Formats: sequence, C-alpha cells, structure tokens
Amino acid sequence: MATSKKSSVNRRGFLKGAAAGAAALVANPAAGSFQNAPARPVAQLPSAALVAAETSPPPPRTDVYTTDRPGSDFMLDIIKSLGFEYVAANPGSTFRALHESIINYGGNKAPELLTCCHEESSVGMAHGYAKIEGKPIMIMAHGTVGLQHASMAIYNAYADRVPVYIVIGNVADGPWRRSDVEWTHAVQDAALIVRDYTKWDDSPISLTQFAESAVRAYKIAMTPPMGPVVVVADAVLQEEPVSQEDRRRLRVPRLSMSAPPAGDSGTVAEVAKMLVAAENPLIVTGRSARTPNGLKLLVELAELLQAPVVDRRQRMNFPTRHPLYGTGNLATADLVMGLEVPDFWNVIHAQTPINRMGMESRPLTKPGARLITISSLDLLTKSNYQDFGRYNEVDLAIAADAEATLPSLIEACKRLITADRKRVFEARGARFAEAAKRIQEQTLQEAAWGWDASPITTARLSAELWNQIKNEDWSLVSDVVFQSWWPTRLWDFTKHYQFIGGHGAYGIGYGAPAAVGAALANRKYGRLTLNIQSDGDLNYAPGVLWTAAHHRIPLLSIMHNNRSYHQERMFVADMAARAERDVSRVGIGNDISDPNIDYATMAKAYGVYGAGPIENPNELGPAIKKAIEVVKRGEPALIDVVSQPR
Amino acid sequence: MKKLSLLVVTVAAALAVPVLAAAQAAPAGNAANGKRLFEKHNCYYCHGTAGQGGRDGARIAATALNAQALIRYVRQPAGSMPAFTDKILSDQELTDIYAYLKSLPAAKAPKDIPLLDQLRGK
Repeated sequence: MATSKKSSVNRRGFLKGAAAGAAALVANPAAGSFQNAPARPVAQLPSAALVAAETSPPPPRTDVYTTDRPGSDFMLDIIKSLGFEYVAANPGSTFRALHESIINYGGNKAPELLTCCHEESSVGMAHGYAKIEGKPIMIMAHGTVGLQHASMAIYNAYADRVPVYIVIGNVADGPWRRSDVEWTHAVQDAALIVRDYTKWDDSPISLTQFAESAVRAYKIAMTPPMGPVVVVADAVLQEEPVSQEDRRRLRVPRLSMSAPPAGDSGTVAEVAKMLVAAENPLIVTGRSARTPNGLKLLVELAELLQAPVVDRRQRMNFPTRHPLYGTGNLATADLVMGLEVPDFWNVIHAQTPINRMGMESRPLTKPGARLITISSLDLLTKSNYQDFGRYNEVDLAIAADAEATLPSLIEACKRLITADRKRVFEARGARFAEAAKRIQEQTLQEAAWGWDASPITTARLSAELWNQIKNEDWSLVSDVVFQSWWPTRLWDFTKHYQFIGGHGAYGIGYGAPAAVGAALANRKYGRLTLNIQSDGDLNYAPGVLWTAAHHRIPLLSIMHNNRSYHQERMFVADMAARAERDVSRVGIGNDISDPNIDYATMAKAYGVYGAGPIENPNELGPAIKKAIEVVKRGEPALIDVVSQPR
Repeated sequence: MKKLSLLVVTVAAALAVPVLAAAQAAPAGNAANGKRLFEKHNCYYCHGTAGQGGRDGARIAATALNAQALIRYVRQPAGSMPAFTDKILSDQELTDIYAYLKSLPAAKAPKDIPLLDQLRGK
C-alpha cells in the first residue's frame, strides 16, 4: 500500500472543525431539536448582515474531512491480489468507499466495475462467468437488502457448486450509523440469511482480519466442491483512514491454493477392477468436467473401456457426437458409475410421476448391478436445504473430486486390461457405434415433425441456429432442458466452453444474467456466445440486458417465447386431471399473454438490438444471420421467437 | 400428458392384436371438433401444437394407435401422463381428437429437409 504525505483526519475530528452554525448545533444539540423550537417568528425583512451572510462566499473552513488512504484502498489491494477481472454490483451506500476505491484508487481495472440493475443479476452473471472462465468475479452488495435480492441466485450457484465471491457492506457499530437508512441497512450477522447455501463466510473487525478472510474465502470458494463465499466489509473499516503506523503493519497474504481432493490409490484400484471386469459398464456424469481437462479425461476413460456415457448435461462433459454418448442403457448395465452426479438416486430409479405423490419409484437397474459413485458432493452436505437428494445404497463411494481422481483411475484400468478384455471392449464399442447411428437417424426423423409449424418447434429453432453458427467458434451458455434438449441432440459439441449446464437449483431468473456473465468471459476469446432465452426467466430481472449493452458484451439471445411459465402450467394441468376438473383453465396464473410481451421492443429499450416476434419458421434463419452480424460487432442482440412449449 | 415417449411404443406393441381387430369397427370422429378440444384441453402442453412430441410427451401426430387404443391409454396411462377420465373428455370427444391427430400431416423425411439432411451421418 502506498504511503501518503498528508496526515489523516478521522470522521470524529471532522465534527470539531465544521462550520460555525453546525458547531453550535453540535455544542447544544437540543437547540436544533423539534421540542425546543422557538415560536414561529413574524415575517420581517432580512437584515443587511443576513443578506451578506447568504450572498457572500462562505468563510474558509479551518478543517475539512479528507482521507488520503481509507481502509477500502487496502481492501482493494487484497482484492486485486486475488486476480478478479470484474466486480459486479448494484450500487449501495454500505460499500461506497470500496466502490470509490475501485474506480479511483484502482483505476477501474482488474477489477473493472460492472453496473448491474439487480443483485440477483450480479450473482447470476458471476455464476455464468465462472463456468466459462473457471474462476469467480467479485460481487458487492448491501449486507441487508442487497444480499436479500441476491439470495436465490446464490442458492443456484451453491447447488451448482460454482465459486461466487461476494463482498457485502455493513455498518456493524450502531453509533456510526447516521440515519434510519443506515439503521435499516445494518445487520448483526449479515451472512446469516445465506449461510445455509454458502461454503463459508466471515465478518472481519480489522483490516488485518479482512485481508486473511478475503484470501481464505477465495481459497475455500475455489477448492472442490466449489461454492459461494461471503466476506463482510465493515463500512467503518472501509471509510476510516489508515494511519501511517497501521499501514506499515498491513500486508497482503499470499494466496496458496489447495489441490482438489482425489480418491485414494487403494479404493481407486478397486473401482478399476470392477470396471474392467464388468460386461456392460455405464458411466453417468453430472458435473465431472470441471475444466477442459475433465472432458478429455472422461473421453479417455470411456474409450479405454468402450463404456457408454449418460450425460446429465450439467457441464460439457462428453462430446455429443461421440459413439459412446447416450448409447448406454441402465436396464442392461451390470455396473453403473456416477461421476459428480447430483441426486444419483433419481438417475437409477424411475421417478414418481408428478401427478401422484411420492414413494412409487422403482429401480431402473437390473438386480445385482454394481453401483459406484465418485463425487465431491459427498464433501459438502448441509441440513436445511436438501439438495443432497435421497440416500444412495451403492457398492463403493469415493468422496473426492472426479476430475482429480480420473487420471489415477485411468492408469489403474490400463494396468488391468488384458488382450482378451481389450477384444471384448472393442466388440462392445462396435455395437455402440452402430447404436449411435440408429439413434441419430431417429433423432433427425423426430426433428422433422412439425417442421413448418407455427409456433416454431424447438427442433426447428435449434436446427436454424446451428446452420448459422456451425462454422463459428461458438459457446451455448443456456440450458437445453426447456427445448427438449434439441441443441445437444443436433449440434456437434466438442469443447468445454460450448456448454455450461443449467441453474443448479432450478431457480428461474438464472438464465439471462448467467448468459451475460458467460458472454463476458467469452468476450476476450472472441467466441460467439449464444443464449436460448426462456421468456419467464427474462422477466425476473430484464435490466441485465442494459448491463450487456452498457458494457458492450456480445451475446446473441434467441427468445424461446412460449408465452407461459410452461413447466408450472403442465403441473397444474396434471393436478386438474387428477382432480377430474377443468383442465382448460390451468393457464390462469401461468400464461404470459394478454398482452403478449414484445421482447424485441424490450431489448431496444435497454439499448440492445431487437428483432421479432418471429412466428414464421422460414423467417428465422435470415433473422439469426442478421443478428450474428450485430454480435460480431461487439454488441448484444435479441431475437424474439414465438415457439412451441418445449 | 407427460413422458409418453417409450411408453406409447410399449403400449402399442402390447395392444397390437386388439388394435387390429378394433380398427375395423372404429367410430368416426370429427377432426375439426377434435382440434378445438385438443387446444381447449391443452394437449399441446406436452405433445406440441403439431402433435410433434417433445421432452414431456410422445409424438401423437399421425399416431399408430387406433381410436380405441388411444382412448384406453388416455383413461389408464402409464408413466407420468395423468388419466383423463370421462368427466373431462367423453369417448366421443377423444374420438374427435383422434380424428384430428390422424389428420395432421406426416413429417417429411430428413433427407428432404436441407437443414436436417446436412446433419445425417455426422
């Protein structure tokens, strides 16, 4: 931290040097209070002295409140040491000093401030950014109202095991609060409301503690299983100056990262033995590819064993046109290995239908099938929010990061594979290659149904989009679950950044900000970022469109505008049929129509290129082509497509 | 009407013999009324407005089932689809819906759709 030639003056010192009138009030506070106000005077002309007092320049102050090195400068030194590219924030008074340090002391570079219109957008952007870039951006928010806004997005990031780094402002010491605003924006335990779905938080009461906690928080967030962390930046620590003497005592701790937890050699060898001996092994992956290397490792393992992969599409885990992608069958597998699969139980069981209450499930695996899990999810289980799912009765569970465990597992398998087993594996692989061809023909035939329909089918939408981007360096940053998975069924996904999965906790409102954050991460690599945007999702906090426009974040959003909260509409239809009542009324409370929302105009209002609504499928391709030209100029664009429900 | 996909195939196979027998005596349906009922009762939520199917429901356009098999399935569906009893849709109304589904055009072959043809063998 740089030193200053100026001496520091604290805030209390400012009061004794204030203007005379104010000093009088301080000396005799009651004189200015309502109860002691004198009787209302009769109106009279101002005296010459009063006129002079009101029209002359104010007398020079004997002292002013300046702070050449507030604590927030040191906080920023810590923040900079952690390598954040950006800090996303909706402005708030409890972190105003840190805000000012970022833009002036830090020059608004590394991190650069992103202006957000909602704290849920800030966190959603950080969520999407982290899944592309592999590291967090920082978020600033009020410790009270800001964190309350942010909370759903934090839960999504937690359930998705994504590192999100949140700094919240708070005035912990009551006498420092100046108004009812500051009292209502102050909290005793600021991080409490999100503690159930964050990995760690701290409320430092000194700059030294802030330094250690901030660095520790980063390390915790980035160690698998990753997750959100919260550090409270006390407003007094931010705003008050740091004396010359204290500056010499402060230092920036060195960040020392932990290696991801990997399975122990003995257990890994046992897993390898089971995999090599299995006649029909099946690999199920959820979020096993934490990094691009995770994708390569899973391909290596699957090809080594010629074992098919069921991808739950929560990361870009496996190439979508690989012959082993999606060709496996739970019913015939004699071994199922789950890698970083949330709710593995629901993968290996037929789920209870939504129109009937629970406890009707049955195993999808055959009797005697061996079950293995390798997952860091076992290392982060909390009580209150129950994202852990039902209890898994497995034959072997390794509580470790799957990506970190795969290298030793691959080597252990290689050691066990004999020439005979290799021939068996090759024959198995040939069968799956044939199956993959049949599946692809069937997929294309399914895509053809309703090809010319209006509203436009999600298959047609996906095929039209693919036709325009297939020769680009593209990255799809939205989930595919609401489009009947058509993009992953039709497109050729090969690279880690080409898909990032979904919400984590299915908290709607994730899609739009996550797409903007992911596009921000993609920007410096020149990738064409694509977002198939659900209409209900966008309406939670559409101001993120403005953030994209303001910060020149290139992103192509294609509205999947089915004019409803469609999942809920189906649920209520199920309930109506179950109750033998009027199914035709279930649009009430679920439809987003009458009036239809004009998303192209909405986009334009926020400074984003907008086109549509497009109802004729033949108009879609040219509209996408035109919008891509806009995005290639470095701007966001949105096309409103009136689409089928799924 | 959810998650019919594999189940429709299974049901169709299981009912193959009665389906053939019953087809000869199938009652006539009013396709125009069937379209109205299909939309009114929100069948398209899961099966799509073109009956094309998707994540939550099987393709039912140009269904291979006959009317009786369709009615039987709607009354006692497997999987996640809720049962639609005759308090919601009468047999005649389901027959009309059936007529509508049969009237929907069949899909083109992927080879005749350039955007899909380019994906073949890839």
